[in-house]
Amino acid sequence: MPRHLTSRLGEGLIAIWGVVTIVFVVSRMLGDPAVLLLPIGATEEQMRELRTQLGLDLPLLQQYLSFLLNAVKGDFGQSFQFGRPALSVVLERLPATAMLAGSALAIGILIGGTAGALAAIHRGSAIEALVLLVALLGQATPSFWLGIMLILLFAVQLGWLPTGGYGTWQNLVLPAVTLACFTTASIARLLRSSMLDVMRDDYVRTAYAKGLPPSRVFTWHVGRNSLIPVVTMTGILAGELLGGAAVTETVFSWPGVGRLIVQAIETKDFPVVQAGVAVVATIFVGVNLLVDLLYTLIDPRIRQAS
Amino acid sequence: MRLLSFLRSQRSNWLGLFGAALLVLLLTLAIAGPWLGLPDPTRGDLRARMLAPTISWAGLGSHPFGTDQLGRDILSRIVAGSRVTLTIAGSAVVLGGIAGIFLGLVAGYFGGWSDRLLMRLVDIQLAFPLMLLALLVVAALGPSLHNLIAVLALTSWVRYARIVRGQVLTVREREFVQAVRAMGASHLRILGRHILPNVLTPALVVATLELARTIVLEAGLSFLGLGIQPPSPSWGRMLADGRTYIASAWWIITLPGLALMLTVLSVNLLGDWLRDWLDPHSDRG
Repeated sequence: MPRHLTSRLGEGLIAIWGVVTIVFVVSRMLGDPAVLLLPIGATEEQMRELRTQLGLDLPLLQQYLSFLLNAVKGDFGQSFQFGRPALSVVLERLPATAMLAGSALAIGILIGGTAGALAAIHRGSAIEALVLLVALLGQATPSFWLGIMLILLFAVQLGWLPTGGYGTWQNLVLPAVTLACFTTASIARLLRSSMLDVMRDDYVRTAYAKGLPPSRVFTWHVGRNSLIPVVTMTGILAGELLGGAAVTETVFSWPGVGRLIVQAIETKDFPVVQAGVAVVATIFVGVNLLVDLLYTLIDPRIRQAS
Repeated sequence: MRLLSFLRSQRSNWLGLFGAALLVLLLTLAIAGPWLGLPDPTRGDLRARMLAPTISWAGLGSHPFGTDQLGRDILSRIVAGSRVTLTIAGSAVVLGGIAGIFLGLVAGYFGGWSDRLLMRLVDIQLAFPLMLLALLVVAALGPSLHNLIAVLALTSWVRYARIVRGQVLTVREREFVQAVRAMGASHLRILGRHILPNVLTPALVVATLELARTIVLEAGLSFLGLGIQPPSPSWGRMLADGRTYIASAWWIITLPGLALMLTVLSVNLLGDWLRDWLDPHSDRG
């Protein structure tokens, strides 16, 4: 098992390196930050001075190598906009994004899991039809539009919840529900079809045949075995949650990493873009390593195979 | 007659049929848009600002879906926006599909370093949130039609490549492939004539899923101001504009959003149906 995980870790590190490299190349194509940083009417002399100061006059390869070396040390340079280390700007925003994505994931697992299991258990009933219909609509609803509709209903019309902002639990409700919508629908559908697949397996028939009560068959035999695809999907969705948070955070003025990166792209604040994307990619790789670990806990066969 | 009996055999899949019919309707509207006699989607009339939708269609020149903050007809903007969205998303899915299928075929068939390289590229792409990748590249290259298609194609090749590669790994070892190989067929012939047809159906299912995702991603980009630029109408931009008037004119934002949701829903339903039809083992849902 350790060997399996070490090779996954190596692949993860390569992935992070690739992401960081792409961000470096693309952000150099965004344009000249000196033009944006200096006031209008700055002389050519001042611009050149600033470029030297930022290291933007060096050959691209040299910039890249020193960028990589510093990135390993956690140094992405000073944010052009905030004048502080870019990584600390990003890390300050991380708790907000983590809270939002974590709440969304919790909603997705709780509600999506319950709905999916109910649909599978009550196969062919109105419950199943309802779950499937709502899940289909949930998967088709773009999160930013849903967010605005929720604001329209709960903040503007009813006045129950704030339209945006950060701080109290009231601020969290609408963005978390918005972000959770797609995840919840996906988990519900996947768990349902995965459970229906497992319910046809021989060992489930055997379990029934030896007289186990259905509740035990469902929790022990069906539940556990149908979790594997759901766990895989949850790992992938975690990445979508982090990326999708960019739009949701913008809609609700939520001070998270996603919105920070979007703003940094607009203001061509390279160091913040690079640090932000690197942090998000690292979290994604970490989450998927956790998913690999979870497999071995859920399925003993994987433990023995590796 | 064949169509009729096919429809009859798919009777239980009314959701899939509904999705297909809806998509055909939306496509027809998008293609026929300019000839429907709708008002110019880009021409505003400040005397007719923010008119509420009217239920009855009182002849041409009226605004059944209401008007926006500049007095532009929302129905014709939605139709014009669907042309833009479907052109971008459709082209991106086809381009990404061609690239992904090609790479998946090569990696799965030849294995070795090309396979390892592809799998690492897939890892990198999956660790990169698509929305951020798209935002970054569009911001760097500029939001022209061609750039948007290229960027969205770039975010969609991965899933094709993965599915196709996996499929090739199994097809490659099947008897009929071994047989043509023993007969001395070239790699190109084996790949093109014998393996490609066997990976096209799963790739088609991926294509529908990707189409839905790409439509939403495109709308998200233009919502953030990095989609197709005005005066071209786009759904995401309409949503962003409508946000300002959310309290006074709900229809400006609600109706384009509904159009977006219906489009994605129809594509998803079609995709589910296609998957079940091609793979009778999988369950509906």
